[in-house]
Amino acid sequence: MDDHGAIRAGEARPSVEEMEAIAKGLRRNILRMIFTAGSGHPGGSLSEIDLLTALYFGVMKTDPGNPRWEGRDRFILSKAHACPGLYAVLARKGFFPEEELLSFRQIDSRLQGHAHVMTPGVEMSSGSLGQGLSFGVGCALAARADGARRRVYVMLGDGECDEGQVWEAAMSAAHYGLDNLTAIVDRNRIQNDRFTDDVMKLEPLADKWLAFGWRVLEVDGHRMGDILSTFKQAAESQGRPSVIIASTVKGKGVSFMENNPAFHGAAPSREEYDKAMLELA
Amino acid sequence: MAISFSNASTRETYGKVLVELGRENPDIVVLGGDLNKSTFVHLFAQEFPDRFYDFGPAEQNIMGVAAGMAASGKTPFVSTFAVFGMCRPFDQVRISVAQPRLNVKIVCTHAGILTGEDGMSAHGIEDLSLACSLPGFNVLAPCDAVETREAVRTAAQTPGPFYVRLYRPATPVVHPDGCDFALGRGEVMRQGLDASIFATGVMVATALQAAESLVQEGVQCRVVNIHTLSPLDEEVIAEASRDTGAVVTVEEHLAHGGLGSRVAQALGRKAPAPLEMVALEGYTESGAPDLLMEKYRLSQRDVEAAVRKAIGRKAG
Repeated sequence: MDDHGAIRAGEARPSVEEMEAIAKGLRRNILRMIFTAGSGHPGGSLSEIDLLTALYFGVMKTDPGNPRWEGRDRFILSKAHACPGLYAVLARKGFFPEEELLSFRQIDSRLQGHAHVMTPGVEMSSGSLGQGLSFGVGCALAARADGARRRVYVMLGDGECDEGQVWEAAMSAAHYGLDNLTAIVDRNRIQNDRFTDDVMKLEPLADKWLAFGWRVLEVDGHRMGDILSTFKQAAESQGRPSVIIASTVKGKGVSFMENNPAFHGAAPSREEYDKAMLELA
Repeated sequence: MAISFSNASTRETYGKVLVELGRENPDIVVLGGDLNKSTFVHLFAQEFPDRFYDFGPAEQNIMGVAAGMAASGKTPFVSTFAVFGMCRPFDQVRISVAQPRLNVKIVCTHAGILTGEDGMSAHGIEDLSLACSLPGFNVLAPCDAVETREAVRTAAQTPGPFYVRLYRPATPVVHPDGCDFALGRGEVMRQGLDASIFATGVMVATALQAAESLVQEGVQCRVVNIHTLSPLDEEVIAEASRDTGAVVTVEEHLAHGGLGSRVAQALGRKAPAPLEMVALEGYTESGAPDLLMEKYRLSQRDVEAAVRKAIGRKAG
């Protein structure tokens, strides 16, 4: 079986229900990390986590015991401030011990405030928005040059699409016909300061990607079964890159964080944390 | 008395050596930004069309793509003009290349005011400062076409990020009989005990000419070619400073952050001495390169005056 659903280390692919349960546990870990650190970005970590769970547990070939395994698919978190989500899923996969999650943002930790390659399983150092898709284009070009079947996935924030470099990269991916590249836009409609519509209008976002020569797929970024089938569709693209615009809710899973710009980049208080953990119990 | 040199093009030499390297190493790929004839990477593109990628003038994207290719096992060379390969995409170089220390080689042509008539926007006079500010980056400014060949070969064969600075016009060949290039080691080109001249890039030729001329005044200068600005050869600088007690730096770049600043740091740490800097102090203008070099005080005469001044500042 080589349908990109294979999980390399002999692990069975979890069911949709199991992945939903995994994602719930990862949400708790995201909040633990950010609460313990006293800072971090909960909103975008919670909005992306169902997508990340699907990728790591149902889509990508990885080898947690050998993070640099050459045949692995590549995942690039361009919106690197949302690294608690990535760290949570990497730890759950076994790239590093889950206990290490609580060292997030602390001195001497491998878990930096923005994703860096010092963390096992992290492919790209980032933290300045707009750079990940270019990196993904480089990975995809190299894979094609090597005749390798590995696929490349790049997670972008919607606010990140304000960066001009995203569109330079988008143009080049289509120019080179990179059908081994899939971008995911975490369309949670909130960026650092405010709602994306108030900061800089992105719509019609799908039309923009279409105009840049991409195949556009849209999905509810919190419906696990739909996410998995959309990734499968993306992997079947031919001759052009694909983008999945995932409608998500910022802060998803915690009532008072949902759709609330205040939790883009702020840690919960003790009281808020306890309330959130009860909701996610 | 006056010494003269024949001229050769550093960028044309680069284009040719890149083709040789391409034959030797199948992992080398080249990324360009719509200036590929000017940078001479079109020679590589002609021989290896499948390993050459043009991205148009989109330098932010180019740096990120290069990083992704390096992270996938390739050895990418990125070539454009100095202002577009270091000044414009500095954040992409910082985040995507320098912080993860990826194996990306940025080789830029058309550096400095030798780019001449195109004017100040085209004069990359901050590039060395920017490149040297990046921890772990190897920063090379070869002094002639002969050294360019060795510098580019070294960059290809040494893991890690490199910035290499080349020129538009043909420049003096100060190594007509070849050179021994050692990364991170200054090259003592002339011995002397009255003053030390540290020069980089095209200004090495000017420094040698000034040193020769000063012999008439009974002044013997040591001339050191600093082709590697980072990592800097602090030992050769300290030794020359101790031996001569007077130091002059010569560069076709802003004093701030370039060779002058680098040498000042080394002297301060290891062997303080009077220091004069022959360098640019600000933005310039359009004009013929030789006239710009005169007007903005980068001529042989300016080097000679700086040497006299440094010697005059020696204690006692």
